[in-house]
Order: sequence, then structure tokens, then C-alpha cells
Amino acid sequence: MINYSTTPLGPSNWNAQTARHLLNRAGFGGTPVQVEALRAMGLDGAVDYLLTFGARATPAESLAGEPFDPSIRRPLTDEERATFQQARQSNSDAAREQLQKLRNQQDALDRAQMQEIQKWWLRRLIETGRPLEEKMTLFWHGHFATGYRTIEDSYHMLAQNELFRTHAVGNFADLVLRILRDPAMLKYLDNDESRKGRPNENLARELMELFVLGEGNGYTESDIKEGARALTGFTFEDDTFRFAANNHDGDRKTILGQTGNWDGDDFARIILSRRETSEFLCGKLYRFLVNDAPGMPDSKSKPFVAALAAELRKQQYELKPVLRMLFRSQHFYDAANRGAVIKSPTQLIVGTIRQLGTPARELSSLNAAGDLMGQSLFMPPNVKGWDGGQSWINTSTYFVRQNLAVYLITGLRPDAFDWDADLATWDTSALEQALGRATGGDASKEPDALLDLVLALDASAERRAQFRAFTTGLGGPLTGSRLVAALCLVTALPEYQLC
Amino acid sequence: MDPTLPLTRRIFLQQGVTLASLVATVPWFLEKSALGMLGPNMHLSSQSGVPQERILVVVQLGGGNDGLNTIVPYGADEYYRQRPQLGIAAPGSNNGALELDRAIGIGLHPNLTGFKELLDGGKLAIVQGVGYPNPNRSHFASMDIWHTATTQGRGNGWIGRYVDNACNGSPQADAEIAIGRTAPLAMFGDLHKPVSFENAKLFQWTGKELPTQLEGSYEATNRAGALTGVAAGSQAAFLMRTALDAQLSSDRIRGAMDKTPLVSYPNSQLSLQLKAIGAMIRDQMRTRVYYASIGGFDTHGGQAGAHGNLMRQVGDSLLAFQKDLEAQGNDTRVVTMVFSEFGRRVKQNASGGTDHGTAAPMFLMGSGVHAGVHGKHPSLGDLDQGDLKFTCDFRSVYASVLENWMGAPAKKILGGAYPTMKLLRA
Repeated sequence: MINYSTTPLGPSNWNAQTARHLLNRAGFGGTPVQVEALRAMGLDGAVDYLLTFGARATPAESLAGEPFDPSIRRPLTDEERATFQQARQSNSDAAREQLQKLRNQQDALDRAQMQEIQKWWLRRLIETGRPLEEKMTLFWHGHFATGYRTIEDSYHMLAQNELFRTHAVGNFADLVLRILRDPAMLKYLDNDESRKGRPNENLARELMELFVLGEGNGYTESDIKEGARALTGFTFEDDTFRFAANNHDGDRKTILGQTGNWDGDDFARIILSRRETSEFLCGKLYRFLVNDAPGMPDSKSKPFVAALAAELRKQQYELKPVLRMLFRSQHFYDAANRGAVIKSPTQLIVGTIRQLGTPARELSSLNAAGDLMGQSLFMPPNVKGWDGGQSWINTSTYFVRQNLAVYLITGLRPDAFDWDADLATWDTSALEQALGRATGGDASKEPDALLDLVLALDASAERRAQFRAFTTGLGGPLTGSRLVAALCLVTALPEYQLC
Repeated sequence: MDPTLPLTRRIFLQQGVTLASLVATVPWFLEKSALGMLGPNMHLSSQSGVPQERILVVVQLGGGNDGLNTIVPYGADEYYRQRPQLGIAAPGSNNGALELDRAIGIGLHPNLTGFKELLDGGKLAIVQGVGYPNPNRSHFASMDIWHTATTQGRGNGWIGRYVDNACNGSPQADAEIAIGRTAPLAMFGDLHKPVSFENAKLFQWTGKELPTQLEGSYEATNRAGALTGVAAGSQAAFLMRTALDAQLSSDRIRGAMDKTPLVSYPNSQLSLQLKAIGAMIRDQMRTRVYYASIGGFDTHGGQAGAHGNLMRQVGDSLLAFQKDLEAQGNDTRVVTMVFSEFGRRVKQNASGGTDHGTAAPMFLMGSGVHAGVHGKHPSLGDLDQGDLKFTCDFRSVYASVLENWMGAPAKKILGGAYPTMKLLRA
């Protein structure tokens, strides 16, 4: 029987296993020592610790911010603009080529900076002491999906990423108003080219369909058209939002039955006032944090989602109370929801490092692996973001996932069979100690203890038997190279792809 | 039989995959992939013959291929005025173009001897002046437009939509395979995500290479299918079945590659990719769409040599591929489509190269094509800001391939009606 209750988990059910589940979902997992620290806080203490990260200083100095150049994609100077115009009019080869050269230089610089920003975020994900902040930043990145390939402005992507971080567990309504002022989004969905008389419907449509209200939730094509008119004039200049009053359509519009001289903020307010919005967002949070099996949330878990949505409305879109409710609920910890989320490529990369304590190896190789597995940070496939769940997995991404783990554990590169693996390059003693604590020194319990430490779900009796047979064959306790070998095999289990 | 037995795995281990596929209780996902693994003599009758078995191979020329130096308009004086150094001389001259159509005054790049042979054999169709309205000159943006078949370049891929549409709601393993590090956007559907690998050797677990003997245990755990006690519809069961699928695909694909091809291929990047695709087709894989891609066509400077080498590579590789398919007897099942995200500007630049342009030719190769030149070469006298005006929307070519080769509803897949062309004899 699955427990669908929002009632907090009782203290008797709060243990290392439930604490590990919380850390997997509210973050990217952690070492046995971190899990134990969280367990010792009790359920409420642990949830508060993860949620109220704002009180703690930004983790490491190295994450305080990198010197990224905001002006690679600067607007043309007056002089350059004049030269450009002249080149166009006169068909002058030399001038045209100079401009082309300038552009090519900018392109190359900006792409290089984008790669640096990708690495910067990945390092932050790996090193942060505020895992929920990064987890929710990743959620918003997928929710308000904006792609670098389309906007080709690394600094705008970085600024949007910081926006998501600032509002990670803040207020959803605020975030919607901010995203309507975000240069990356305005560019990505062409709102910078939307003006009175010829509105571009892209942003209005996605606000309805993907960002706020949810597809099929009671809006019409006419609402989209009217919404697009309301959004005219919402544009940006260099790195800043600008309301271009002369491009704005100030006439009357009717959106979802409400008539007035609406602008973009009014449009947002109108759709945020709908009950469907809270249910749509909570359904998405449910898939991201609780269970992303096909068809989830299903009819039985809908009441749980509805309870989250009611809380979100009551709290006027403040996210913390909703997340607190979710992370304390009995439903969240139900056995049916353990190992019920398929790790995103980012979760897999960051989680393997954080959980096993492996070296991070080459960040650029990790980003390349993320791309191979279908998740390149700052480059979602389209405005729908990543579909998640089972769509992450096919026969080729499955091997990349296994090989990524081998790479982190041994250094054996996934993209070449060059033998540069060095099994002794990381210190497995912390893991050995954790195994020792879990088994009380009884080596015969090691295989089961390792499965319990590494897998998100309770391994089946058959899997345990297979794994015991394997470790027996290693001919000694799980230390050093034997532990490394065992980890290579555990991370190659189908179950390892779950969290 | 005891219905609680995990039939999938047991039967697979005991009797192999063909029998497993006939067991009614096998989960659909495995069943689908098991069907995909059937050998050439194991076709179910409903699956044999055309059009279900037809195959599309897409070859992407990344960077923007210079169409005007691929199909050379030697009859147009304007061509030589705009390209005093880069222009390719008329047929008959030293390093002159290969004759294609004297009446129109067009020829092939001199290195496209492979294309010449294909044309003479009736195996190559050339579609002139392919592009789309409001051309985008950004590589990424234009490639996305081609991949999504939308002028905004948004949404999922047209090939992904095709395989989604063809599978009746349940994804088929290995329905589409891209050779390369990552698969192109074109192949991402709602249900189907493409399989991709750069090298078949990497399409397996690298842990086998480690000094500790892990392979036996790896095989035992990854070929087990769904274990006893794991709920049938659970995420874990899905992963266990996919693990088995992945091992079977890996065996199959690596096994196919181990065979020596029936013809020799030149040693080039595109050639190696087409050789791999040829091996998979020969092995009767159920893959419907294969994708090969090479880059290097962004010839802003010093174009003549680099582009000439690429032309040699493209022509020779495609010819070898066609000969391979003919030797296999599979040539009537396969059409290969070649495209680039845009052509290049008519006027050469000051660095001996050309900048991003617009319309360019596409190519279809196969024993089932209407060989020859289709459509109108864009006028060199009527340019739009120095660029050719397209005479054929690329979605018309897609529609022709979908409708007339793959037997698929082009209008549904492309999200609009585009007139089909008589490119295929099917």
C-alpha cells in the first residue's frame, strides 16, 4: 500500500536510509558521513538545513564568482554602426570583411566563454554546500528553458542562471515577473522583436503553455494573441530590460475573460491568478523531486499534488513552505518513491562525485559526457526543456552513463580506450570506514552494505545474491582496488541510474 | 509455464532471443527490440518487403557547402565576374568542371568523379536551389531550421517525428542511428531519442578493460532483464530491460562491423561512417534512418584546396557506399540524402574564400531515384543582397522522401503541406 499522505514522517521512520533519500532528491546525494550528519538533525532539522541555505555563506571562495566578461556581445559603437551601414550601402568588400572579422572574433570569444561558464556551473554543482539551491536552479533552467545556441550570448545565459539561483526557493510569481524582464528569455522567444501591430506570439504562448498555466488549462488562441499584444515593448538594451513604450500596444485586450489596457505584468498577474497554475507547477515539481515514471503524477498521487498546490496558493507562491511540506511528507519517503526518479545526466555526474567522493577529473570531459547523455547545461534541446524520466535512457546513453562512472572511479576515459586509468588515484578510505561502520567489521556483510550505501532503492534478493557471488570472487575485503572494482560494477547496475 | 517465472531472462539465456520474442508474456519493450534483433531469415511475413523495410540515410555537410562550386554554372558569365579566382572553369579546360548539362551550362566540381559515375548509372538526383524563406546565415540557427523543418528552428526533429509516427506509440530500440559523438536535433522525437556512437568499439562498457576481471559479473547483471520481485511497470524494470537491449544492440552492431565489407571504401571520415552504416544495413538491422555527418565546409578563406578535398571525399564515399549496397543487394531499399545548412555567397571574398550564403543543391542517391537535375538553378543575375534566391523549399524534398520513399504522411510530420517532387521512382 502506497502512503499518499502529506503528514510528516514519524521520528521512528527517520533513519540513514530516509536521510539519504532526502539528500538525493533535495540535492545530489552525499557521502555516508554527510548522510549521517543530516540524520542526526532529525527530519525537521534536516529539511530546514537544506531549505534555509540563505543563512549560510556562499560555500567556497572559489565559487564566489568568476571574472566573466559581460561585454563580448556589446552593442556596436556609433562608429562601428556607421561603418556597418556604409558597408551595406556601398557594397564595400573591405568594410564588410572587417565587420565580418569582428563578428567572427566575437563569436569565437563568446563560445569559449560559454564553455567556461558551463564548467563554472558544473564545479559549483559539485562543490556547493547549498545543494537545494543548485538543484532548484537546475529545475528552473529546465522549466524556463532558454538555449545558448539560439541567443549566442554567454553573459545573458549567466545572468539568467543567477536569476534562477536568486529565486531558487523564493517566490514563483516574482520569478515569472523577472523572467519577463530577462534579456536571455526575451531574445530566445523573440519578444525583443515584438511590437504593436505585429506582435510575436512566442513568449505569450510559452507563458501559457509551458511556464505558468500549463498546456490545455483553459486558454484559447485568442488569449495567446491578446497576451502577445500585452507583452509588446518588453525588450532589452545591452544587458538590461527596457520597456519600449512606443512599441507597446496600449489598447484594450481581453485575456482569460479580463479586459483592460494590459501590459506584460498584467498578463502575468492574470494567469498567476488561476488555480491551474499552482497545480501545473506542483505537478512538475512532483516529477522532478518525487517520481518521474511515465504517467506521474497519476490519479492516486493527484490529491498529494493538489495539497501542495493549495499550500502554494495559500502562501501566495512562496516556494519554501511547499517544499517543506513535500520533503517532510510520508508520501515522499514511501518505498514506491525511492529510486523512482531516473537520474538526469547532471544528477548522475554530480551525484557520483558527491556520493562516492571520486575526483571530479576533467570538467570539460564531464560536460562532454553530459552532452552525450542528452543534457548540455545552458543548451536545452528546445523551449520545453528536458523531458526527463525514461527519455534520458536509450541503448547508447545507457553505455555512456556506465562509462562515465568508470571514468570518475578509475580515470579510464569514456571516449578512448587509451589506458590511462590509475586505480590508486583517489582515497577510498572514507568509503571503507563507512563500510566498516555499516558492517560492524563483519566482512561477509560488505556486499550488502555497499549496495545499501550506493543504490537509492533496496536491491532485490536476486541482485544481492549476484553481487555477493562477485565480491567473493575478488578474494578479500572490499578495500583499495577491490573496492574500486566493486564500485565499477555497482555503478554499472541498471539500478544505479535511479535516485 | 509458471507465469511468475521471469520468462524474459530465463528464456533468453536458455534459448536465445528469437524464441524469447515469441513468448506472449514478454514485456513490450523487450519484444520490440527482440524483433529488431531477428536475423535475415527470421522476418515475420508482415514485416517483409516494401515499404516498411525502406531505409533513409542522411548525410550532413556541416559549415555551409559552396553550392556554386559543387554544381558549377559555367554558362553564366556572372559566375566568373563574381569569382575571378575561385570560379571553376568550363568542361574541357584544365581543371574544368565535369559536364552535367550543356544546354543549361552546368557542370560538376572536377573532383566529383564519383557523382559523375553515379549520374551516368542513373543513381543520383540533383535538386537545384534548395533553401527556405528569410534565410538565416547563422550556422546553428540555419541547421536547426533544417533539423526541425520549421522556419523558426524550434521544436523536435523531423526524423524523430517520422519514427514517432511510424511506431504506433511504443518506441522501437535502434529505430534511428547516428554515427557521431552526439545525434543531431533532427533525430529527436517525442518518443524516440536517437542512438549514437562515434565508433562501435565505444558502444560497450569500458569497465571490461580494467585489470580486475569484471566482465562475467557485468554480463550477468546487465543481461538479466527484469529481476524477480521487481514491479513490472517500475523504473527499475524499465532500466533492467534497457540494459539487456543495450547489450544486444552492442553485440549486434559490433558483430556487424567485424565483417569485411563487400567493396573497398576510401579512407576518409565520411567513408568510414558510410562503411559502418553499410555494415549495419547488410546485417539486416531494423533501423529505419541512419545519419552521417562531416564538417569543414565553412570555407571563409583559402577555399579552393579545402573544398576540392571535401568534394573528392563526398563523391568517392557516396559512390563506394552505393556499390556496397548494390553488392549486398540492398540498393533498392536505401536512399541517401545529402544536405548542408546553407550555400555560400556568390561573390568570393578577399581571403580566397566565400561567406555564408543561402540556397544550394541537395542530392539524393540510390537505385530508386529519378536521376538527373531537378528544379531550376537560381539566377545569378537576380540576387538578394548578394545571395541566391531559393527556387525549392527544402521541405518539399523532405516531403518527397517521406511520402514517396518512406510511405509516411509528410503533411503530418512536417506540420504543413509541401508539394512533392518526382525525385523517386517508387
